[in-house]
Amino acid sequence: MSDMDMDRRNFLKTSVGAAAVAIAPGMMLYSVAQAKSEGASSKVRWGMLIDTNQCKPGCNDCVTACNRENGLSGETKSTDSQWIRKIDIKDISTGREISLPMMCQHCENPPCVDVCPTNASMKRADGIVLVDKHRCIGCRYCMMACPYKARSFVHEPQTGQNPDVPRGKGTVESCTLCVHRIDVGGKPACSEACPNKAIVFGDLNDENSEIAQKVRSVASVQVRADLRLNPGVRYQGI
Amino acid sequence: MKLLVSLLLTLCVSLAWAGEAASPKLDIGKGGQCVEDTQWMRKNHMHLLKHGRDDALRLGIRDEKHSLKTCIECHASTKDDSVTARADSFCVGCHKYEAVKLDCFECHSGTRKSAWLQQRNAK
Repeated sequence: MSDMDMDRRNFLKTSVGAAAVAIAPGMMLYSVAQAKSEGASSKVRWGMLIDTNQCKPGCNDCVTACNRENGLSGETKSTDSQWIRKIDIKDISTGREISLPMMCQHCENPPCVDVCPTNASMKRADGIVLVDKHRCIGCRYCMMACPYKARSFVHEPQTGQNPDVPRGKGTVESCTLCVHRIDVGGKPACSEACPNKAIVFGDLNDENSEIAQKVRSVASVQVRADLRLNPGVRYQGI
Repeated sequence: MKLLVSLLLTLCVSLAWAGEAASPKLDIGKGGQCVEDTQWMRKNHMHLLKHGRDDALRLGIRDEKHSLKTCIECHASTKDDSVTARADSFCVGCHKYEAVKLDCFECHSGTRKSAWLQQRNAK
């Protein structure tokens, strides 16, 4: 490496350091959000907080938005892909009924990743659990392993996919947390579509984010927390 | 001698054919050189795509310049917004000619995003 390169590198190092000191911690978020070309960062932990008190029984807007965004048929036969489902549950002893959306919980310790024989099922550095369909052989072990029944197998040849969401026959798929939107600074379609803002999306590791402040101040639980998978999706009011 | 002549003749004929055989006429969309030299791209585009897909999916490093989506944005036909729809479409035309199986589009869309959005919003 030439001297000139070294100088340039040192200059950059010092200026970045100076900038980091100069700007307030709040501004640092901006620089993290902008570092897209650097790829997924382990400093970020994407998650969702779902307020079941705000989730209306019978409302299906999140499911419709997901289907529309990801090019799913919206059918619910056993051979159709469902990335997100609305579930109605009732506490038999009290009669209290609630409705909630259930999808891939983006676990920190995902069992689907543990069982995958080809390393196709994987967790990105920022906590998003994905299927690398270039590697998936369609064995469906991950579907068996997932305690949330979040994954689907594609049974039919696909046409007319969203250019941002490749889907193909013979592979397993599930909620991607709309990774294609997140990578350009957006948020998941379901979160955007909810009329009651019941789905809050954000970075759990960023203490100034809406989601981090909310999980700090209100009681929320992880579904099947006993499994110690540490899902990134949390629920309020169940 | 007869054998030699016939051999020469066959050789000449096949050479002549090879010379005449036109390279495929492609609908190159916008066309021209965009990210790399044309000849270089003919030889190496598959390496870019294969390397890029792992970086994009597993590490989240999205190289917009060399992504499949960007190829399609530029090279999809101006008539049907696709690189796969017809026999002379950008990807299909060449792959057919070279007899190389093209399986990207079993999962990936071969359509421009703008066209896809239009189609979806029409529904």
